[in-house]
Amino acid sequence: MAIFLTKDSKVIVQGMTGATGMKHTKLMLADGTNIVGGVNPRKAGTSVDFGDKSVPVFGSVAEAMKETGADVTVVFVPPAFAKAAVVEAIDAEIPLAVVITEGIAVHDSAAFWAYAGSKGNKTRIIGPNCPGLITPGQSNAGIIPGDITKPGRIGLVSKSGTLTYQMMYELRDIGFSSAVGIGGDPVIGTTHIDALAAFEADPETELIVMIGEIGGDAEERAADFIKANVTKPVVGYVAGFTAPEGKTMGHAGAIVSGSSGTAQAKKEALEAAGVKVGKTPSETARLARAALGA
Amino acid sequence: MEKGRTRVDLFEYQARDLFAKHGVPVLAGEVIDTPEAAREATERLGGKSVVKAQVKVGGRGKAGGVKLAATPDEAVARATDILGMDIKGHTVHKVMIAETAPEILEEYYVSYLLDRTNRTFLAMASVAGGMDIEEVAATTPEKLAKVPVNANEGVTIEKAREIVAQAKFPAEVAEQVAEVMVTLWKTFVAEDALLVEVNPLAKVASGDVIALDGKVSLDENADFRQPEHEALEDKAAANPLEAAAKAKGLNYVKLEGQVGIIGNGAGLVMSTLDVVAYAGENHGGVKPANFLDIGGGASAEVMANGLEIILGDPDVKSVFVNVFGGITACDEVAKGIVQALELLKSKGEDVSKPLVVRLDGNNAELGRKILSDANHPLVQRVDTMDGAADKAAELAAAK
Repeated sequence: MAIFLTKDSKVIVQGMTGATGMKHTKLMLADGTNIVGGVNPRKAGTSVDFGDKSVPVFGSVAEAMKETGADVTVVFVPPAFAKAAVVEAIDAEIPLAVVITEGIAVHDSAAFWAYAGSKGNKTRIIGPNCPGLITPGQSNAGIIPGDITKPGRIGLVSKSGTLTYQMMYELRDIGFSSAVGIGGDPVIGTTHIDALAAFEADPETELIVMIGEIGGDAEERAADFIKANVTKPVVGYVAGFTAPEGKTMGHAGAIVSGSSGTAQAKKEALEAAGVKVGKTPSETARLARAALGA
Repeated sequence: MEKGRTRVDLFEYQARDLFAKHGVPVLAGEVIDTPEAAREATERLGGKSVVKAQVKVGGRGKAGGVKLAATPDEAVARATDILGMDIKGHTVHKVMIAETAPEILEEYYVSYLLDRTNRTFLAMASVAGGMDIEEVAATTPEKLAKVPVNANEGVTIEKAREIVAQAKFPAEVAEQVAEVMVTLWKTFVAEDALLVEVNPLAKVASGDVIALDGKVSLDENADFRQPEHEALEDKAAANPLEAAAKAKGLNYVKLEGQVGIIGNGAGLVMSTLDVVAYAGENHGGVKPANFLDIGGGASAEVMANGLEIILGDPDVKSVFVNVFGGITACDEVAKGIVQALELLKSKGEDVSKPLVVRLDGNNAELGRKILSDANHPLVQRVDTMDGAADKAAELAAAK
């Protein structure tokens, strides 16, 4: 089992024919992902060869779904066109859209999120500005390196890409059911809470690692959710204890304003919900091992 | 992909200009940067004006940064006082010469912003304006109406009336405030703003409603469709190292410590700052000197650009390069570091600060071997993040 993505997922790539899309489509294929098509209206009807695999290009998400039965799209479309690409995916009612694109204007992400809601949230959105998600040994939808770790019993949800990789690496001998990078933007689709709920329901996940960072109150709300709804052990890490107020740390959402959004407040909220929180990534990995008796 | 784009906070005069552009009622005003210019500006306003310090910090009135001038001469004198003044650590380089407000009867508050928690836009409105809105929210939350605004539906006059009704504006100004809510929404959307705030929105003796002061923050991610926004950035105020880094497309924030930090990925770099600060507690309290995310690629050129910025910071005593090889393999990163040091040396840069390098992840063994083989006198390899942070802190403390 896994969450959101399995070996049966049929994946299309919006923006496959661009440089980033080509590079990562090749890597996703190498990780065993069942990529059934790309989308580019100007190149519809053509196909792209990745080694001995030929991937057809369709004119729209709806057409790709009709022809291939695709149920996941990975979006690599540049920021200026990303809103239109996500709206197209929502209109086609594809069950999962993974938006890798970094640097999308907040008015655009707020608009496609509101649009998804107005259409009944039939499309789960992950991202934007995220590394995507991986179910090791089965499928990889995004840019998470596929060779860090193997299938296993830890579920991981993280705002940060490289901290996802770091944590997967620290715990690579135990392995992961799924790892989901939800992104560090102010407006994201899938939240910590959505992933926590899915991991709680996933029989193969025995422990959940949750990585947060400064800004917003997503971690505090996740803590409330854990207290009320999660029976599996959760280990947490929060980045940005030493970040000064008013400075944006890389992610557009990673900013401490006033007394809200600090790493300390998030750590305290998580600990009050029974989550063991590490001071560093390696301490967090030790806490995870201890909780699993591994 | 582009990295580290963020919000741009505008000066009051820039906010005023954007409000005027989209039909929010404002008073006349112009910005100047010499005392003498205050004379003509005040003459253009009919001989009297308000001289307002332009700083991106609240409480300037209390600090003496806002003064009335009854004559053009007085405006020059007030501008002389205010230009160069320090307000909460912000030096005043510009003042706005504004039209004097008619007699103010009431002060209100209105704004639009992003509500991250609910992933929607939010209108906020209060009849208790003119003061710090955080204080209103904390002490009398019933006086602050918060109304969600759907990004795709926006604020029509009907929606604006709903906001105004919820905030319980007096009947005689309700329609005027509703019209302001519509034009302010236009400003918010047309300018790709993250925040538009009017405080105070004043009811004056004539019965008119006027925006007397305001704040606007813009989203740099929207610069591709906002060609006029670049000119609104206050490049002079940026730290020179931050400005140089930005010119090279690097995501860099200057901090106050001694250990220079380079890493890949915003989360990992933030985490590196924490780990270095913890390690510093055992080494005389040294702290991280900066945030620098060189992104996933970490090519030799990007590494060289990053090192150049960090080695150019006189506060830096040691450097910690913390890279997790994801898609980019560690052998490529290691080659990048070696080439970057050679590149800087060939450019005549002073490369004399010790570097601690930690490489993990994809092809880490190969990368470490490349660093060992290069045997650069300044480069030390430590293979764990915690261990490397400790070494970098120790080296910084020893200098």
